[in-house]
Amino acid sequence: MAQAWKRKGAKGRLKNGYLAGETFRRLKKNKIATASLFVLLFLVFLSIFADWIAPYSYFEQNLRDLLQGPSKAHWLGTDQYGRDILSRLIYGTRISLSVGVVAVGLALLLGGILGAAAGYYGKRVDNMIMRCMDIMLSIPSVLLALAIVATFGTSLLNLMIATGVSTIPGYARLIRAEILSNKDQEYVEAARAVGAGDFEIITKHILPNCMAPILVQATFGVATAILTVAGLSFVGLGLQPPIPEWGSMLSEARSYIRDYAYMLISPAAAIALTVFCLNALGDGLRDALDPKLKD
Amino acid sequence: MIKYILKRILFLIPTLLFVSFLVYAILYAAPGDPAQLAIGEGATQAAIEAKRIELGLDKPLLMQYLSWLKKAVLHFDFGTSYRSDISVAYQIQSYFPNTLKLAGFSVLAGAAVGIPAGILASVKQASWFDNLVMSFAMIGMSVPAFVFALVMILIFSVKLRWLPPSGFSTVKEMLLPVIALGMQPMAICARMTRSSMLEVIRQDYIRTIRAKGQREFDLIVFHAFKNALMPILTTIGLQFGALIGGAFVTETIFLIPGLGRLLVSAVTNRDYPLVLGGVVCVAAVVAVTNLFIDLAYAFVDPRVRAQFGSTRGGVFSWLRHGKEKAPKEG
Repeated sequence: MAQAWKRKGAKGRLKNGYLAGETFRRLKKNKIATASLFVLLFLVFLSIFADWIAPYSYFEQNLRDLLQGPSKAHWLGTDQYGRDILSRLIYGTRISLSVGVVAVGLALLLGGILGAAAGYYGKRVDNMIMRCMDIMLSIPSVLLALAIVATFGTSLLNLMIATGVSTIPGYARLIRAEILSNKDQEYVEAARAVGAGDFEIITKHILPNCMAPILVQATFGVATAILTVAGLSFVGLGLQPPIPEWGSMLSEARSYIRDYAYMLISPAAAIALTVFCLNALGDGLRDALDPKLKD
Repeated sequence: MIKYILKRILFLIPTLLFVSFLVYAILYAAPGDPAQLAIGEGATQAAIEAKRIELGLDKPLLMQYLSWLKKAVLHFDFGTSYRSDISVAYQIQSYFPNTLKLAGFSVLAGAAVGIPAGILASVKQASWFDNLVMSFAMIGMSVPAFVFALVMILIFSVKLRWLPPSGFSTVKEMLLPVIALGMQPMAICARMTRSSMLEVIRQDYIRTIRAKGQREFDLIVFHAFKNALMPILTTIGLQFGALIGGAFVTETIFLIPGLGRLLVSAVTNRDYPLVLGGVVCVAAVVAVTNLFIDLAYAFVDPRVRAQFGSTRGGVFSWLRHGKEKAPKEG
């Protein structure tokens, strides 16, 4: 995360580059957050190069090697169709991470537009948009995602849209609050004085100034999205087999819990580790971006 | 105060209208013919046509919604399940209590452990205990309930054979699901309590009270915690809502006949009236919970209370009052 930000900073404004460097320097002091960052980068690497890294294919069945415990050939064992669990986990990384990132990106985009409009234009627009958001908040986001999946089916794209759309209100609120606290500052007035339009003021001047809390919430958001999709897949409303989603792997492993517990441990550990790292990184980023909050 | 309460209660109405319309519209867009689904496979074209008129499906979306709304509000009639011919209201009535119990116990258990842990962690900030609580909270926040549930079933039901792996009627059966679902609220309560307490503890008035010689326990509980309580209350309320929505996975694992599991099977069976009724009911409970949080704010915070012109004390002033009857020192 910090890395991507740094690149953007180097290309654009000097100030952002400096801020990102400073943030990264502070983040490095937090050992858990740094370790999490490296684990996450490793997971991203795995998911991109899964085709080369995974020792076996994720769908090929090998009926001679059913339900084998961990061994040299299959580090994490094989499942009830003889598929290599490690390979399935590696491909699962790709699915979980892409769902998380796309869902959050979508929620940020839509929530950002709504929140920015509400915060910037205020009064009627604000009232209308934010009351709708308040109301949307009273449907638990998992249930909204469930209703959307129920309607449009359970493809990967639909899951991304469902998890994304259902978390819009949180981002809209955050971005509205940030815009509100920035829009009356002098630099916005200055930008307006030199003739910048509303769109330019919001995207080029205000938003870069409130990246910090957005980045932190997005990090937590990816974790939540991964959990939502894993939960939906676990009850059979997410991705369908043979797609190696961690939640659906767990749900398959559940039937073999009595005799083949190893099938359960590795996907469980994968979900827990990924979400833990995202949360720890989010915590670390929050402390690093806003030293005032650190206790 | 009464005006404020009334205003908040009135806001429930547009909330529920909007929620039900939103879900109605989402499900309206579902592919497949509801009349065909309602009547089952192998029906004649004429029968389907008749069913369509019976269900009012020939009318536009808004009219359909309004007639659904009228029945739902006036007669508490959410229609009939496509699959089982049992009324949706009856099914929700018989399944919802389990979900409420599960979510309620989980949040209570989580708060009962999380809040004291958070207070202690904030009092002993940066000690080994603080680090332990925060690491544990981080794990509790990151590991989803269904992973906890499966691991606990593996340990306590399969290996040790101490607790049953399914069911929700006896205390023994409830133990595992409540612990699994309660981990997340526990972790979040602990974190919230700690950060909220840390903010309060640093303020001047706490130093003044300490200088005055107040007992440390009273200082923490009656002066600091009281002022740190509001964000914690909000967290608890939000967690309750989130658990009601998110309980379906835990219910599936432990085979608990709750609303979440009902909804999952309704979605699998494309039983849209049931999905609609279930989601609207959950949203109603969440909205009412949010209402209670707001009212609790007014009850706890004298500033909010004063704004609405009531001087009656909250539960904490009552607690304080009891204490102050003891002979004062100094």
